[in-house]
Amino acid sequence: METISSIKPLGAVLVSLIAAMLILLTGDRHRNLREAWTLLAAVIKFSLVFSLAGPILEGRSVETTLLTLVPGLKLQLRVDAFGLVFGLLASGLWVLTSIYSVGYMRSLQEHAQTRYFFCFALALSATMGIAFSANLLTLYIFYEILTLSTWPLVAHKETPEALAAGRKYLVYTLTSSTLILFSAAAIFVQTGTLDFTPGGFLAGRVAEGMLPLFFALLLFGFGVKAAIMPIHEWLPSAMIAPTPVSALLHAVAVVKAGVFGCLRVILYVFGPALLTQKGLWFPFALLVSFTILAAGMIALGQDNLKRRLAFSTINSLSIIILGALLLSKSGITGGILHLANHGYLKITLFFCAGAIYVKTRKELVSQLNGIGRRMPFTMGAFALGAMGLAGVPPLNGFISKWYLCLGALEAHEIIFLVVFLLSALLDVAFFFPIVYNAFFKAAKEEPFRCDEAPLTMVIPLTATALFSLVLGVYPDALMKFFSITNQAVRAILGGG
Amino acid sequence: MIDSLMSKYNYWIYIVLMMIGFYAMIGKKNLVKKLIGMNIFQTAIILYYISIGVKKGGTVPVLMEGLPHAAAYVNPLPHVLMLTAIVVSVSTTGVALAVLLLIYRRYKTLEEDEILKSMR
Amino acid sequence: MNAPQIPAAILIILIPLMSSYAIPLLGWRWRGAGYYLALSAIGASLVCSLILLYTVLTVGTIHYHLGGWLPPWGIEYVIDPLNGFVGVVVCCLSFLVTVSSRASVEKELPDKKVRFYTIYLLLFTGLMGITVTGDVFNLYVFLEIASLAAYALIAIGEDGAPLAAFNYIIMGTIGACFYLLGVGYLYIMTGSLNIADLAKLLPALYPSKVVLVALAFFLIGTAIKMGLFPLHVWLPDAYTFAPSAVSSFIAPLMTKVMAYILIRVMITVFEPSYSLKAVPVGTILTWLAAAAILVGSILAIAQSDFKRMLAYSSVSQIGYIVLGVGLANATGLVGSLLHILNHGFMKACLFSVAAALMLKTGGRNIYQLPGMHRRMPFTMAALAIAALSMVGVPPTCGFFSKWYLILGAIEAGQWIFVGVILLSSLLTAVYFMRVIEIIFFRPAPSGGHATGEGVRDEIPLSMSVPLWILAAGILLLGLFSEKIVSGILRLALPAGY
Repeated sequence: METISSIKPLGAVLVSLIAAMLILLTGDRHRNLREAWTLLAAVIKFSLVFSLAGPILEGRSVETTLLTLVPGLKLQLRVDAFGLVFGLLASGLWVLTSIYSVGYMRSLQEHAQTRYFFCFALALSATMGIAFSANLLTLYIFYEILTLSTWPLVAHKETPEALAAGRKYLVYTLTSSTLILFSAAAIFVQTGTLDFTPGGFLAGRVAEGMLPLFFALLLFGFGVKAAIMPIHEWLPSAMIAPTPVSALLHAVAVVKAGVFGCLRVILYVFGPALLTQKGLWFPFALLVSFTILAAGMIALGQDNLKRRLAFSTINSLSIIILGALLLSKSGITGGILHLANHGYLKITLFFCAGAIYVKTRKELVSQLNGIGRRMPFTMGAFALGAMGLAGVPPLNGFISKWYLCLGALEAHEIIFLVVFLLSALLDVAFFFPIVYNAFFKAAKEEPFRCDEAPLTMVIPLTATALFSLVLGVYPDALMKFFSITNQAVRAILGGG
Repeated sequence: MIDSLMSKYNYWIYIVLMMIGFYAMIGKKNLVKKLIGMNIFQTAIILYYISIGVKKGGTVPVLMEGLPHAAAYVNPLPHVLMLTAIVVSVSTTGVALAVLLLIYRRYKTLEEDEILKSMR
Repeated sequence: MNAPQIPAAILIILIPLMSSYAIPLLGWRWRGAGYYLALSAIGASLVCSLILLYTVLTVGTIHYHLGGWLPPWGIEYVIDPLNGFVGVVVCCLSFLVTVSSRASVEKELPDKKVRFYTIYLLLFTGLMGITVTGDVFNLYVFLEIASLAAYALIAIGEDGAPLAAFNYIIMGTIGACFYLLGVGYLYIMTGSLNIADLAKLLPALYPSKVVLVALAFFLIGTAIKMGLFPLHVWLPDAYTFAPSAVSSFIAPLMTKVMAYILIRVMITVFEPSYSLKAVPVGTILTWLAAAAILVGSILAIAQSDFKRMLAYSSVSQIGYIVLGVGLANATGLVGSLLHILNHGFMKACLFSVAAALMLKTGGRNIYQLPGMHRRMPFTMAALAIAALSMVGVPPTCGFFSKWYLILGAIEAGQWIFVGVILLSSLLTAVYFMRVIEIIFFRPAPSGGHATGEGVRDEIPLSMSVPLWILAAGILLLGLFSEKIVSGILRLALPAGY
């Protein structure tokens, strides 16, 4: 594959880093200027990433090499199709989340807003770095920066519960980073390289007995952020963070980074050929299937809206990983597509949860009766998001789920097809009541006229909901997710 | 056995002295006694060094009439090295005594266990 | 083997030495003289050390014969890439720490300034002497100069400082005397005190028991001086109770220079094939180091006194350096040498923050720090950077030395030490993240700190500029660690690695 050398990947990473510094310098005194830095950086970042789509679709990759970190490994950014999907998702959603954050933080008159926006910008820098990392060490570096920049966001409220949730988050993620570091070091000693190669680079270079060990360590390492059970517990606890943070954690940055890492390991370090040959994928496929079903069932029992959404996220993330683990063309396509689609759908749901909280201070599902009459746009968007996650056409969720089911059939594993279908049923089961109650149950108090959350919050959530609809009808709309995904799969499977 | 004991008696002496000093440093509770132990320890090493320079039939290493060859004198190098070591030992004792003064002024005692008790 | 007799090699010792004599004289009339004279002397030494390192890298090893006497009869100073590197590290950190010492000396020791800087410069001279000398007995002399100065400086602190200093005197003297015994035994066998000469004469004598005992004495002596577990007991008290300027100087430097002595003995005086492999010293060192790493981290978690926590952390970090030496391969040794540099910067930064906290709050308890980031934002930011580096978060420098150590352990097939290093990173995260959480995320106690901007009360420039240079250094050293490794450290490795 031809590689172009360009400063753009580095620019995409650095623009929010510079914004973070500017935010810190501007401080609380000039709030509008501070918010402007965030929005400006988001727009610039998105434009940079968007402009990379051209070369990628032509089959090339764009690269920036920085310095040599250790003999044999460089700090290198290489944008390939898969990384571009994640990059587009993250940068695009950051624009909307920034607008939403401003509305949320100001409506609630939250404290420590400078710290919030600073960490946000830093986290997005790290996310871009993860998306565009060319080798496992660069990925590890940005992964750690992501962990540390999101920690203050989780502990934002500074209450004892928030601090405890933050500590739990740190324990889980730092321990998992240790596993990744160990595997990276061991692999480097044995193979002399850590560069991501479509189709994997480990085949034949690592001692046979070590392969299952490395696979397990790397998947568990990335699996903490990807909330695979049993290492998922940090995610529901982290719901104590402000809602834009949860939206960020659950749609854009952290969990998707974990899933991204898992997929990199499966598809670009080990590779479908090696995994099929050794049969390593099957035990993990079973593990994530368990996660899918268990998370779905736990979600049924959650009354706190955000916790229900958290378990729904755990469910969806494992669906993405399962798609990739099926190692079939449609499975991988479905997995990568769902990475993007789920992002838009879930962020809609979280935006709605935040809007409800800002307007009514309600956090529990049981309190949401009749709220649809008061906040039609919000609940309408929620309904769209829920339908998308369940896989109802014409939303984008249907397209990715279709490919996932095809993938299960291509891999000749009916059991996973059943898992996908069951999870769709579970989605309906835990979302449908919310939508029904919101629109069709009589409100306990007087029904007001349309009394929505501030525009800065409503516009982003309608935008994401509508875009999900558009993507369902025309998957290549605006971001060309579908074409880029196909590009990636072609590279991984070697033109298959 | 007696042979090796008698021929290497300088080593045995220095070891015994060193152990006495060591015991004093570790085992005694009074800080001044610890200091004296340290001194004995260092002195043992000094004696040892001097002893290794000795030669059968050698004389004091001062250049004398009629004895032009170096072989007639004991090895002067350890003597010179040990002058330095003696200076070091004296300085260390000086610093340690100054520190002991500080301790005495603050705690009014030089017994280690009493000091530790008053610090709790 | 061919560089000319550069005066920088002797000036690097002479200037601080002479200046330390000049300080009491000048200080008679002008009390502030100590600070400026010390600063200029150390600055001059810094320039010399840079010249020396540059010459070593471009021309070759420097041999400077003192007094014109040829070795092995005369004393010579030998600068090769290893001690050129250590010399630059020591000078650079000394300079930065000295710049920041003014404010804390003014606050804690106002009437002892002149005497303080006199002894301070002597300490610096001792450390530099250890670094540049090529003669084992000369090393002992400088070792004792440095140690005595350190004992005196530590003793003038508050609380339990005199007792801590006394314990340090006793243990440190035992260590130095053991070192002296080692020198004596080698002298008996070879008749020489010159390092290069010993390296030539000793291989023929390796079967001898005397040489073995000499190695043992060297090992134990330096272990006591370094604070290697289990001979570290003097370290926590000494670091905690010493005056702030003193602990900022001693903590990053003294134990590292002692580790340099260990490395010098293991790989230059004795050949690594003998010292680390034939005799199972390598194994002993790695296991002791592993114990040091874990015990240090665990004990650090139990501390609520900031400086004491840092002291136990130092015990742990010395373990890393010794582990790299004991692994007996190139990557491990590179990791050790890099860690000498990195840990120096990290601890200098952390102890400077401790000095800043002592200056502004008068206390060392970490539980009194909530909300400090409003009062001293830049200082706390530097603390955060240093803490992240200690945990080993890339791209700060701490990560890279751990990377080389992990790689070295894997290459040596010692997987258990990989586990030890990784586990200790997590343990380090526990106590450093706790400090960060207390400072940044716990609400400040009610009062002037809780509102908006808070009462900004930053430390004076003389303290904050060096602090920021150190913090920036931590980041830059991380990013450019590869240049240091290939440019300098690979040249410092002994033959056969």
